[in-house]
Amino acid sequence: MASNAAVPFWRAAGMTYITYSNICANLVRNCLKEPFKAESINREKVHFSLSKWADGKAQKPVLRSDQPEV
Amino acid sequence: MFRQASRLLSRSVAAASSKSATSRAFSTELPSTIDSTFVEAWKKVAPNMDPPQTPSSFMKARPSTASSIPTKLTVNFVLPYASELSGKEVDMVIIPATTGQMGVLPGHVPTIAELKPGIMSVHEGTDVKKYFVSSGFAFLHANSVADIIAIEAVPLENIDPSQVQKGLAEFTQKLASAATDLEKAEAQIGVEVHSAINAALSG
Repeated sequence: MASNAAVPFWRAAGMTYITYSNICANLVRNCLKEPFKAESINREKVHFSLSKWADGKAQKPVLRSDQPEV
Repeated sequence: MFRQASRLLSRSVAAASSKSATSRAFSTELPSTIDSTFVEAWKKVAPNMDPPQTPSSFMKARPSTASSIPTKLTVNFVLPYASELSGKEVDMVIIPATTGQMGVLPGHVPTIAELKPGIMSVHEGTDVKKYFVSSGFAFLHANSVADIIAIEAVPLENIDPSQVQKGLAEFTQKLASAATDLEKAEAQIGVEVHSAINAALSG
């Protein structure tokens, strides 16, 4: 069978579906009225710390956070 | 005791494999009961331990495929943070598939549809509920159950038209000035989403 129909433009530009979907969701959230907009932005806040391991030791962690610096 | 265990377990495995050699039923048609042969064999070997649970024992049984077309469509509409509709019986839903607006009636052919930013409407009698969906998927099953998943779904009243116009203008301008493929793609997505919201608000 021939391969699927033309790839979507975002796939052709090297973007994955998850990235595309998240961008769409963010754009929709930006267009909301208050207070829904504030609620949705609050809901989507993330806070995580990621560290790669090498030689059995954790390297410097990368912190990604939407919390304001305390 | 353990010699018996392997014999009992291999007997239940042999029974299962002979079943799978024949044609497989759809998951919606299998009975939702736990395998009693396995439970009996387990109890003989380890009477003090509970038999292991399988994921299907935690799930509600799926409605089976009826022989005649059901009158109502069961809709499960979920978002990552909330379950909008759960097992709701409706007459029809219209979903914004990438191939165009798709009307789903009970007895629809099983389909997996990717959704584009657009309006999803749920029709129940004379009630019509509309949501603007950012993107997602719709799984239509043979037993007239529709699983629709989206990342964001907002009622049209919650959208601010002035923000939409601003966004559309901003992204149209970004599209014109974009350099790399990725920037072009992002700007294109922005234009598409905002145009869809515009069309939804005015349509």
